[in-house]
Amino acid sequence: MENPFRSEPAAFRFLLVTIAAFALIVVASWINDWLGLATFLALTGAAVVLYLRQRGPTPPPMRVQHVGPPDVRRVLVVANETVGGKDLLHALGEMALAEKTEFLVVSPAVTTRLKTWTSDEDPARAEAQARLDATLARLREVGIDARGEVGDVDPLVAIDDAVRTFHPDEIVISTHPEGRSAWLERGVVAAARERFDVPITHIVVDLQAERA
Amino acid sequence: MTSHVEALGSHEHHGPPPAHQSSRVDARVLGMFLFIASEAMLFGSFFAAYFFVRVVNPEAPGSWPPEPYHFPVFVAGVNTAILVTSSFTMHWALQSIKRGERSAFLAGMVLTFLMGLAFLLTQVIEYLHVGFNTADGAFASVFFGLTGLHGAHVAVGLTLLGIVIVRGFRGHYSPEHHHGVELPGIYWHFVDVMWIIVYATVYLI
Repeated sequence: MENPFRSEPAAFRFLLVTIAAFALIVVASWINDWLGLATFLALTGAAVVLYLRQRGPTPPPMRVQHVGPPDVRRVLVVANETVGGKDLLHALGEMALAEKTEFLVVSPAVTTRLKTWTSDEDPARAEAQARLDATLARLREVGIDARGEVGDVDPLVAIDDAVRTFHPDEIVISTHPEGRSAWLERGVVAAARERFDVPITHIVVDLQAERA
Repeated sequence: MTSHVEALGSHEHHGPPPAHQSSRVDARVLGMFLFIASEAMLFGSFFAAYFFVRVVNPEAPGSWPPEPYHFPVFVAGVNTAILVTSSFTMHWALQSIKRGERSAFLAGMVLTFLMGLAFLLTQVIEYLHVGFNTADGAFASVFFGLTGLHGAHVAVGLTLLGIVIVRGFRGHYSPEHHHGVELPGIYWHFVDVMWIIVYATVYLI
């Protein structure tokens, strides 16, 4: 959504639209009071619909520069409930075997929107931290040295935060299978591919199949 | 020393990371958003009082304004035209400085300021001759409240425009650096938008 007062030209256009809209409302109300009210409601509804449907210009993807020794690959792993999944650990193990790799595992503290608004995020952060600790321990068991952190409730913001401090060469996003993944439903992987100019690998972890 | 330089060379960037903006909302835009939201709520509270007095109140007057009072609709209409025109000159001034036309920029700013001042003085004169005062009923209170609140915003806008003019005559601003003109311009257009709503609602409908 774009702010109609984001710039002087935008504010000027908004002023012209306001003049036109209120001219219509005034003329309609002079004809008939109820017609004036109907015009006001119709124009307000149209404005709200237009405002919600408009989409601002897509910013260019964020370029991530390699930092650290040139022979060390930096991989950012983003996973929530699937953070300890076998498929994910297997994929990370293969990466570690292929070349010298430094891993940062980020587990977003996913919670409900209501709890986010009321700042009731502590239980979600504690759960995310517990999952993360268990995963890091399992990675160490198979010889992968990784560090981890709990990320923002929004996975894209969590990735953004980590990209700015970690400068990954690749991002691995782990989700549940299609149909059971809230992240896939929200288009997190596609949005990350649009936003970050680094290779993004999507790994599907089927925890139900693993437990069976 | 050499090892330090080599270490920097491998990273290219040193010092603290870039400003954290992972919400992807520019700080200035967010600030303007919050400001406009707070202003909308402020005007909204005054409009709530206005509609209560005029519509919801069981003792609401049959005509608006109640007899025998009259609003100076024509004078306020001329005043509206002056204020709207000042938005055009404000827009012209900003476009001029963006093109590097300094004299047009200064002319636009001075014209905008003079028209804003004319609006405010006309409103003061209107208050002196309107024929009623705040003690003459709730309708008069909401009239002076709404138009006075807007007048206060015009006064703030004139202060901002005055600062831009002084800085402009001192050689500030350029096609690359005109943010100090843009923000008062946004504010001025917002003040105009609010007046359109106030004038249409209080004087015309």
